[in-house]
Amino acid sequence: MDKKFIISGSPHIYAKDNVQRIMLDVIIALLPATLGSFYLFGFGAVRVFFVSVVSCLIFEYLIQKFLLKQKPTINDLSAIVTGMLLAFNVPSNLPTWVVIIGSLIAIGIGKMVFGGLGQNLFNPALVSRVFLLISFPVYMTSWPKPIESARQLTDVVTGPTPLGILKETGSFAAATQTGELPSYTNMMLGNMGGSIGEVSAILLLIGAIYLLYRKVITLHIPLAYILSVMIFTGIFWLIDPTKYADPLFHLLTGGLILGAFFMATDMVTSPTSYKGQIIFGIGCGLLTGLIRLFGAYPEGVSFSILIMNAFVPLIDRISNKHFGEVKA
Amino acid sequence: MLKTFPRGGVHPDDCKISANSPINVAPLPNKVFVMLNQSAGAPAIPLVKKGDQVKTGQLIAKGEAFISANVHSPVTGIVDKIDQITDATGYKHQSIIINVESQEIWEDGIDTTTDLLTDVKATPQEIIEKIKNAGIVGLGGAAFPTHVKLTIPQGKVAEYLLINGAECEPYLTCDHRLMVEKSEEIMVGITIIMKALGVKKAFIGIENNKPDAIKQLTSLTQKYSNIEVVPLKKKYPQGAEKQLIKAITGREVPSGKLPIEVGCVVQNVATAKAIYDAVQKNKPLIERVVTITGPNLSNPSNFLTRIGVPINHLIELAGGLPEDTAKLISGGPMMGKALPNTEIPLTKGMGGILLLPEKLSKRIEPYPCIRCGRCAHACPMGLEPFYLEKLIIKERWEEAEKHWIMDCMECGSCQYTCPAKRPLLDYIRLGKNKVSAIIRSRKN
Amino acid sequence: MAAIFAAIIYLVDKQFHVEEDPRIDLIADKLPGANCGGCGYAGCRNFAEAIVKNNSLDNLFCAPGGNKTMAEIAQLMNLASEEKKPQVAVVRCNGTNENCPPKHDYEGIESCGFANFLFAGDGGCAYGCLGLGDCVATCKFDAMYMDPITGLPVVIEDNCTACGTCVKACPRNIIEIRNKGPKNRRIYVACMNKEKGVYAKANCSVACIGCNACVKECKFDAIKIESFLAYIDYQKCTLCRKCVPVCPTNCIVEVNFPVKKEANIDLANDSTQNIVNN
Repeated sequence: MDKKFIISGSPHIYAKDNVQRIMLDVIIALLPATLGSFYLFGFGAVRVFFVSVVSCLIFEYLIQKFLLKQKPTINDLSAIVTGMLLAFNVPSNLPTWVVIIGSLIAIGIGKMVFGGLGQNLFNPALVSRVFLLISFPVYMTSWPKPIESARQLTDVVTGPTPLGILKETGSFAAATQTGELPSYTNMMLGNMGGSIGEVSAILLLIGAIYLLYRKVITLHIPLAYILSVMIFTGIFWLIDPTKYADPLFHLLTGGLILGAFFMATDMVTSPTSYKGQIIFGIGCGLLTGLIRLFGAYPEGVSFSILIMNAFVPLIDRISNKHFGEVKA
Repeated sequence: MLKTFPRGGVHPDDCKISANSPINVAPLPNKVFVMLNQSAGAPAIPLVKKGDQVKTGQLIAKGEAFISANVHSPVTGIVDKIDQITDATGYKHQSIIINVESQEIWEDGIDTTTDLLTDVKATPQEIIEKIKNAGIVGLGGAAFPTHVKLTIPQGKVAEYLLINGAECEPYLTCDHRLMVEKSEEIMVGITIIMKALGVKKAFIGIENNKPDAIKQLTSLTQKYSNIEVVPLKKKYPQGAEKQLIKAITGREVPSGKLPIEVGCVVQNVATAKAIYDAVQKNKPLIERVVTITGPNLSNPSNFLTRIGVPINHLIELAGGLPEDTAKLISGGPMMGKALPNTEIPLTKGMGGILLLPEKLSKRIEPYPCIRCGRCAHACPMGLEPFYLEKLIIKERWEEAEKHWIMDCMECGSCQYTCPAKRPLLDYIRLGKNKVSAIIRSRKN
Repeated sequence: MAAIFAAIIYLVDKQFHVEEDPRIDLIADKLPGANCGGCGYAGCRNFAEAIVKNNSLDNLFCAPGGNKTMAEIAQLMNLASEEKKPQVAVVRCNGTNENCPPKHDYEGIESCGFANFLFAGDGGCAYGCLGLGDCVATCKFDAMYMDPITGLPVVIEDNCTACGTCVKACPRNIIEIRNKGPKNRRIYVACMNKEKGVYAKANCSVACIGCNACVKECKFDAIKIESFLAYIDYQKCTLCRKCVPVCPTNCIVEVNFPVKKEANIDLANDSTQNIVNN
């Protein structure tokens, strides 16, 4: 009796990586900054983090099973990644119900409405953050003071972010004079006001190095993004150092490192070709610089990434020269 | 710094488990099934009928069409019948079935000694004539008739001969063993091809996971000074002819054109050895080295076997079909063809038979595309498989044609590397099928 | 500001207005609007344009619209229309999972075009239905579905408009548009296998082996055998049913006939299902 063999087209083997592994790598890369935030912001951070992740998982399961009537795919871990990134983008004293609304927006509108994994045009965590920022401006702009607020369970001590001080006082010189600006060391470590995940530059960079080593991301977008911001702000700083902050200040404040390494590099919403990625990074950088220096908001990373996300399908059509392309 | 092609490529484990098994001459079965379409192009026309006595090496079918190859009897015996046999694709095609006799009688004029003949006396025209008569086809898998490839079209000039010893497919080791054991025959074969083409320089590209082959052939380049051995970085698909040309000479074959456009001709190393046999020994192409391999096979081997031998005979010699075999592949795991059963007869283009267990070969349920772009970065031809897949699902054939879908050489790097395990190459093949039908109807 | 833009839009519309024969719109209204391509034109509107351009209905027939629509269009154009016999799509293969058991496990995309290119098919028959549903996917009238038990497509007679899209979609030309027949009855050979009988039968128990029994039986010269395969010409067939019982492999199918009460058809043991009742 002849055995029944499998017949399929080639190739007949697969590489080892799969979608779960990539998502797991992102989760691992975000762990240093997560643990750092628990230390810096205490119970508030823990609460926001777990509420966000768990609600994202529950909402994805419910929407897929009951609304869309498909098999739930929460085991691909992408909901966990969205939940973590959303938590990173909000302050640690955000009320629980606001976090839950944020998760619903991130999964429901940021992802499911477009068709699920791989189909969304905009970064879901950023869509949710911007939604929350516009709907609950007071909650979203009260920043607990790191370390001090870690011991407090309710009524945490709040203070402004460095960029907030800059925008309010109108010039870098005036901002420095208030004495409220943290030192560069504190900015590197995370001892400054801001949302849970954006404060500690060094912990984020450790995660980013892991992602680069695992080849989940490449340097094209982060480098293009960061360098454009630094060059843009640097030009203005050189023109008038009293009014404009220096590029290093801009690098370490407002979620630029979080945005450049973890949000802008999201595979689904960024270009696939290296040339396209560089264009995307430069665009994000210029927009961030513009918003920070001349816009009404103190912080420009979320908006600039979302705006550039809208251009990605267009950028994708600028393909690289393919093998054997005859120059006309 | 090892040479390589700059764009794309993947790194599967090379699994060369049979690399150290020397070539074994396989004993003959009772019956052989010689397919009439042993090459690309039109099938050969049979010259024998039921009941005829044939000798080993006798011409039994003639390749009449422009792209076609002669077929010779691989055994001594009596023609049983000429009938339709299921071949590797599962479709039936004509073949000559011969009952094998124990006493082997070779056709007149064939030199069956193993003496090395290094003097090439034939003229270029005689060489191409002998290659045509011997029914030589590309033994790298494509089975394109060699005499057609070596006939340079008007207006084009051949500058370099490139010999493909890369063997980039995992598991396959037939070329490797041939380079180690029959190295000087290969060098003479290369000299013959150079004479036929009129080129002054030849390169042999070998991946660096075959250090013994590199060493062996390099030691002979002192004697054959216009042949250079070029070690190449191990990367799939280094053995693809356009990638080989790019890596060794730095030239890029223009889209839609053949290697002769950039002055290069590429031949497989086993074809060079077959040409040596044809020109120096008058021996037609009736046997080849085949690797029978697989992770659970008890005796992975490289057999020197005659054409037409059913695969199950060779699998038995290699230790028998493992219990958990789920897929039977002709060729390597990246580009090979899944076979429907074990009675398929061997043809000239088959270089390896791979037996894969279920856990390695079963397809995984695909995820939606996460637009990671790994397929585009892996494609050696610079295409964007994720976008082509989308176009094909939506049946936008003309747009797929504009995005160079016909340049795809179906190497499988995209589907191999996709983390969502999407069947990219299935869709691209479907697209190429539809687009070539559109192109054909446009010509009419 | 708005008024200026309105004026510009009005002028542009007047400037670039394309004169069209008003009859095209009238004809297009009468058509089903499915854009199925069965008429040979890209869409219903192109078909309407062709009618007006040629000013005749020769070789122009809208199958989904049918005789009724063509009569209305003929009246509009003051032309004569011809009555066509009602037709239906017929799947000429009975290689169910039972008759032609799968000999391999196919893994890959659900596309008959691709599978046809890759190998002969799960059942091993190089001419038989692959069961992956290219025909079902292209039907715009919801007239086809894939039967999960048999693995063959089923045509829903009442919805089928004989537009012919499924015929083009099938890579093996298994589907044919045949006359629906009086009382919706028809007879056809449910096999496309052109191999020698012994090979055809080895794969599928209801294959046509080209034995000529049906040709000898037919008094109306409606059956011919070519390459070991019988074909019944639906123009000549009188539905006498004499060929059905003489076929040794039961590959001739009769549709919508009342069940014969003769002894030699034993329904209980007949696994080949050659009597189809809708």
